Amino acid sequence: MSVRKRVLPGFAPTLGFTLFYLSLLVLIPLAAVFIKSAGHGFDAFWAAATSPRVLASYRLSFGASLLAAGINLVFGLMLAWCLVRYDFPGRKLVDALIDLPFALPTAVAGIALTALYAPNGWVGSLFEPYGIKIAFTPLGVLLALIFIGLPFIVRTVQPVLEDMETELEEAAASLGAHRWTTFRFVVLPTLLPALLTGFALAFARAVGEYGSVIFIAGNIPLVSEITPLMIISKLEQYDYVGATAIAVVMLVFSFVLLLAINLLQAWSSKRGAR
Amino acid sequence: MSTALSIARTRPDYQANPATREAPWVRRLLLTLGLSFFAVFLLLPLVAVFTEALRKGWEVYLASLADEETLSAIKLTLLAALIAVPLNLVFGVSAAWAIAKHDFRGKQLLITFIDLPFSVSPVVAGLMYVLLFGAQGWLGPWLQEHDLKIVFAVPGIVLATVFVTFPFVARELIPLMQAQGRDEEEAATVLGAGGWQTFRRVTLPNIKWGLLYGVILCNARAMGEFGAVSVVSGHVRGLTNTLPLQVEILYNEYQFAAAFAVASVLALLALVTLVLKQIVEWQAARSAR
Repeated sequence: MSVRKRVLPGFAPTLGFTLFYLSLLVLIPLAAVFIKSAGHGFDAFWAAATSPRVLASYRLSFGASLLAAGINLVFGLMLAWCLVRYDFPGRKLVDALIDLPFALPTAVAGIALTALYAPNGWVGSLFEPYGIKIAFTPLGVLLALIFIGLPFIVRTVQPVLEDMETELEEAAASLGAHRWTTFRFVVLPTLLPALLTGFALAFARAVGEYGSVIFIAGNIPLVSEITPLMIISKLEQYDYVGATAIAVVMLVFSFVLLLAINLLQAWSSKRGAR
Repeated sequence: MSTALSIARTRPDYQANPATREAPWVRRLLLTLGLSFFAVFLLLPLVAVFTEALRKGWEVYLASLADEETLSAIKLTLLAALIAVPLNLVFGVSAAWAIAKHDFRGKQLLITFIDLPFSVSPVVAGLMYVLLFGAQGWLGPWLQEHDLKIVFAVPGIVLATVFVTFPFVARELIPLMQAQGRDEEEAATVLGAGGWQTFRRVTLPNIKWGLLYGVILCNARAMGEFGAVSVVSGHVRGLTNTLPLQVEILYNEYQFAAAFAVASVLALLALVTLVLKQIVEWQAARSAR
């Protein structure tokens, strides 16, 4: 970086305010969680963070989130492809509504999904005769996480797909490549960083998600309790040690994933620059 | 979140080009699968909200909205957004000015820190403030002595709302202002404009659409936040209930029509948000041309 004289004013006050506001609202409260947890000692932390009910909640939260992100990876790519490559009536409307899960309050999504997939709901009643229960089971959790994660994949893949020059595909076609071969070896590698970033973003969001899941989950201990709910239920029992321990586990996971997402984004922007 | 304001370009006609075109059956299959997925997972829940809300007719619908507790929830939701959005707006502009218009060490780290609230579970966010300001918390005894209440009261709700909407404006403005560079501002300064004048006359017109975009997203999240607010609210009826919390209470009391009526107001808000977002995108594309 070349050293140059600061010409523009306002550096000290804006950076000062930024650091002050950031520390006050984000960094100090986050640090409080770790310090609080450390104050109770490692044994208390470990006992609370690995009790059977909490372990079951990790399995559900992480498992369902991974699966939901995986399903969204396939259908999100498909939707992004349709939106960029094809013309169909209502395309602009579909494009605008993709962001609905970002804009719709999670509690609203939660009760709407529950109403749909409950045994007497529009969709739930179709599966009821076959003995398949969706709401109030882990399957319901999965559906809610699919809803919440879809825009992450579409919105990270879509711009890359739009910016992709057609020359590469033309070159592949002129060399006699089949369309599928072109997609598999030319298009997909270009989209890979964006797909992985979208996957990681959807996964991270799903693990922490509360509002849209809590109504449809049914919250049966050891079966359909998600990790954020365990924090709430510990808090309701005034078990601050337990709540804090689970929060620490979730925070460490979020930070690791955030790091991974940053590395992925650096990778994809380097690719784009080439 | 991946909702950066993007400027639409003209689309190449992919289907006229044999190299970028799929067989018609592939196209039909992809469209059918993709749009069915969209309809089932996104459209259906939206339709369900309004159908369930109006199931018992307009009279019940309007009566549920005119309920006193619902009205006080609307007031609190508006109050929280009215405080959180301007605060994060000022922060966002200030952070973007420092980051985009100046060089300093640790810039990338600062940007990552600003993004942190997006990767923290809302429930954990609520818990943080309980640990700090609750009766068992660090500042709890001091607050009690001075008869101040933050958690399980309105200030806690505002704090939680500020936290979850923290990065929206900043992360919209930082890349935008970085891309625009510093030449225009430097020219203005060299010609004798003051800092504030430079910002208002030069920077602001360049970033206004991005700014508006960030504010719209920030506001939608502020009014719709559930998890974080739920932890710090204590669910005191008519006092610390926001609209999303009111939806939960009504739903858990099996007042489904009323719950969906309140939910439909929030769903309308979401639709208005999407429309405004679209308008801003069009305006930004037009002024970029």
